[in-house]
Amino acid sequence: MLEIKNLHANIGNKEILKGINLKVNAGEVHAIMGPNGGGKSTLASVLAGKEGYVVTKGEVIYNGKNLLELSPEDRAREGIFLAFQYPVEIPGVSNTNLLKTALNEIKKYRGEEELDAMEFLTLIKQRMKIVELDQTLLSRSVNEGFSGGEKKRNEIFQMAVLEPKLAILDETDSGLDIDALRIVANGVNKLKSKERATIVITHYQRLLDYIVPDVVHVLYNGKIVKSGGKELALELEEKGYDWIKDPKELIEH
Amino acid sequence: MSQILDLKNWYLSNFKSFEHSLNGESNHPIHALRKQAIERFSELNFPTTHDEDWKYTNISSLLKYNFKPSVGRYKLKREQITSLLFGDMKCSLLVFINGHYSEALSDVKNFSKGIIAGSIEAELKNNSEILYKHFGKYADYKEQIFTALSTAFTKDGAFVYVPDGKIVEDPIHILFVSSSENENIISQPRNLFIAGKNSQVSIIEHYAALNEDVYFTNSVTEIYTDENAVVDYMKLQEESKKAFHVSRIEVSQERNSNFTSHSISMGSEISRNDINAKFNNDGGESTLNGLYILAGDQLFDTHTLIDHAKPNCNSHEHYKGILTDKSRGVFNGKVIVRPDAQKTNAFQENNNIILSDGALVNTKPQLEIFADDVKCSHGATIGRLDEDALFYLKSRGIGEEKSKIILLHAFASDIVKTIKVEAVKKYLEAILENRFQHE
Ligand SMILES: Nc1ncnc2c1ncn2[C@@H]1O[C@H](COP(=O)(O)OP(=O)(O)O)[C@@H](O)[C@H]1O
Ligand SMILES: [Mg+2]
Repeated sequence: MLEIKNLHANIGNKEILKGINLKVNAGEVHAIMGPNGGGKSTLASVLAGKEGYVVTKGEVIYNGKNLLELSPEDRAREGIFLAFQYPVEIPGVSNTNLLKTALNEIKKYRGEEELDAMEFLTLIKQRMKIVELDQTLLSRSVNEGFSGGEKKRNEIFQMAVLEPKLAILDETDSGLDIDALRIVANGVNKLKSKERATIVITHYQRLLDYIVPDVVHVLYNGKIVKSGGKELALELEEKGYDWIKDPKELIEH
Repeated sequence: MSQILDLKNWYLSNFKSFEHSLNGESNHPIHALRKQAIERFSELNFPTTHDEDWKYTNISSLLKYNFKPSVGRYKLKREQITSLLFGDMKCSLLVFINGHYSEALSDVKNFSKGIIAGSIEAELKNNSEILYKHFGKYADYKEQIFTALSTAFTKDGAFVYVPDGKIVEDPIHILFVSSSENENIISQPRNLFIAGKNSQVSIIEHYAALNEDVYFTNSVTEIYTDENAVVDYMKLQEESKKAFHVSRIEVSQERNSNFTSHSISMGSEISRNDINAKFNNDGGESTLNGLYILAGDQLFDTHTLIDHAKPNCNSHEHYKGILTDKSRGVFNGKVIVRPDAQKTNAFQENNNIILSDGALVNTKPQLEIFADDVKCSHGATIGRLDEDALFYLKSRGIGEEKSKIILLHAFASDIVKTIKVEAVKKYLEAILENRFQHE
C-alpha cells in the first residue's frame, strides 16, 4: 500500500529526514516510536503534503501512485488521513460543515454519490458513538475551546467518518487519560480491516496494549534505526531510548 | 489646485440652476438652510491627505469629475431591480433612482396609524413639523464640506417616522439604485429616521447600481432614537466599482435606547463612511458592526465616533475587512468618554485579512477617556489566512479554493451572523459565496 524509499526531506536548509525506508501493507498496523525531535511528525507532514518541506531525495509510492506529486487534498481523497499531533482550532467553521464538505469532496473525486442531509446525519451519529464524543461538539467550531482530549477524539471521529485507507496517527495518545486512550484505541480498532492500514506514531508503549502493532519502528535522527515485532515496544519502554542512540548497541542487536 | 477651485465653482453654479428648478419652493423654510449651507460650502475646502481625518484617503480621483446633480428623469422597470431585493422577504420597500423617490417601484405597507415611510420631498411639501424638528439637527454641515454640499442640495431622500410606542413589524428596505449612462451623476439622498419612545423598527439602507458607471453618491443619514426605542439599522453598500461613495451617518440616542448597525461595504472605487453615535442620556446601547470586502484598486475608509457623553452606556464595535489585490482599507475608531460618563463600557475591535502582497490596511483606535470608572478595550489585527487551518482543511480532502472560501466565510461570519433580518443574512451569504469564488 505504502512504500517509502530512501526519503530525505529538509525544512529550510536543515535536513530532518535522512533516508527513511518503510513498507506498509494493507491490513497492517505499524507503530513508529522514538525520542522527541527524531522526525516522526515531519514524516507524517511530508506524507500528508504540508508545505514548507522539501523532499531532496527518495520517493513515496502509495497504491501505485507517486504520492509526492499529489496535492494534500488529493492525497486525502486517495484515502490518506493524518490525525494531527496538534489539531488546529478553526473559529467559525463548524465540525459538521467541515465533515460534510470533506466527505462530499472526497466522494465527488471518487465519482460516488454525495450524501444527502439525512444520510450524513445518520452516519455521523453512528460514528460519534465510536469515540463517545458529545453531540454538542458537532455544531461547535472545529476544535475551538476543546480540551486536549476532545481534540484528539475529534481527530479519531473525523477519521471514523472519512474512513481512510491509510491512517497516520501522530501521538494521538499523548496527554490522554486511560479512559480516553481506550476510546481512541477502540475507534482505531473498529476501523481495522484487510483493506486498510494504520501508522501509529507514539511515545508510549501503553497505547500498543490497545492497538496491537504488526511492526514497531524506531525513528531517531531522521532514520528508522530499528524495526521489530511488538515486543520491541516493551523493550523500549523498559530501557528508554538512550541505547538506541548508541550506534554500538544497534550493531549488537 | 485651480482644478479644485473650478470644481467648487462648478457646484456653486449648479446650485443656481438647482434654485431655479425649485420654482415656488424657494420660499420654503428649508431653503434658508440650503442657502446657509452653500455659503459654508464655498468657504470650506475639499479634504486632502494633509487633513488628519483624511490622511490615508486621497480623493483626488473623485475631484477630477464635474458630477451633475441628478434631475430624476430616470425610470426603471420592476424587473430591473428584482435581483436587488431580498428574496420574497416581507418588507416595506422604498426605491430611489439616482436619489429620487420612485413611487412606482416603491411598495409601502399599510402601516398602523402615524407610521410614515416615504420620501423627504413629500415631507417637505407637507411642511412636516416632525421633519423640521429633526432635519439637519444631527449632521452639522459647518465643518464638513460634503455635508455642506448635501445640505445645500437638499431635495429628496428617505424619511421614516415611528411614533411613540409603535412597532414596525417588517423591515423597511430602502433601495438607492443608480442608473445612468456615463453621465457622471451625483446623487445626494438626505435620510432621516425617527424612532419615537418605546418604538421599534428595522431599516436597511441599500446602495446598488445597475451598471458599472462612474457616479457619486453623497449621502447623509440622521437617526434619532428616542427613549427606550430599539432601532436595527443596516447599510449595505454595493455601488458600482467605479463609483464614489461618501456617507455620513449621525445617530442621536436618548435614554435606554438601543441602536444596532451593520455596515457592509463591497462597492465603489473610493468610499468614505463616517458613522457617529452620541448618547444624550443614560442607559443607551450602541452596536456598530461592519464588514468590508475589497479588491482591485478599491479604497474603503470608515471613521467611527462613539460619544459617551452620559453614564451607564454600552458601545460595541466590531469591523472586519477582507482585502485583496491592491485595495486599501482605513479604519479609524474614535471613542470619547466624557468626564460625566462613569460606568461606560466601550469595546472596539478591528480585524483584517489580507490576501495579497499589494493590499494594505491602516487601522487606528482613538480612545479619549476623561472618566475613571469605565471599561474600555480595543484591538486590531491585520493578518493572512491561517496557513495551518488551510492545510488542515485540505488534509481532509477539501480543495484549495473551497478551503479558502470556508475560512473567509468563517472570518466574515461573526459579523454576518449578528444581522437580525434573516433574508438579508441569506442575501449576503450568497454574495459572499460568489465573491470569494476566485480568491
Ligand atoms: N517548522 C520547523 N522549522 C525548523 N525546524 C523544525 C520545524 N519543525 C520541526 N523542526 C525540527 O525538526 C526535527 C524533527 O521534529 P519533529 O518531526 O517534530 O520530531 P518528532 O515528531 O519526532 O518529535 C526537530 O529537530 C525539530 O526541531
Ligand atoms: Mg511529533
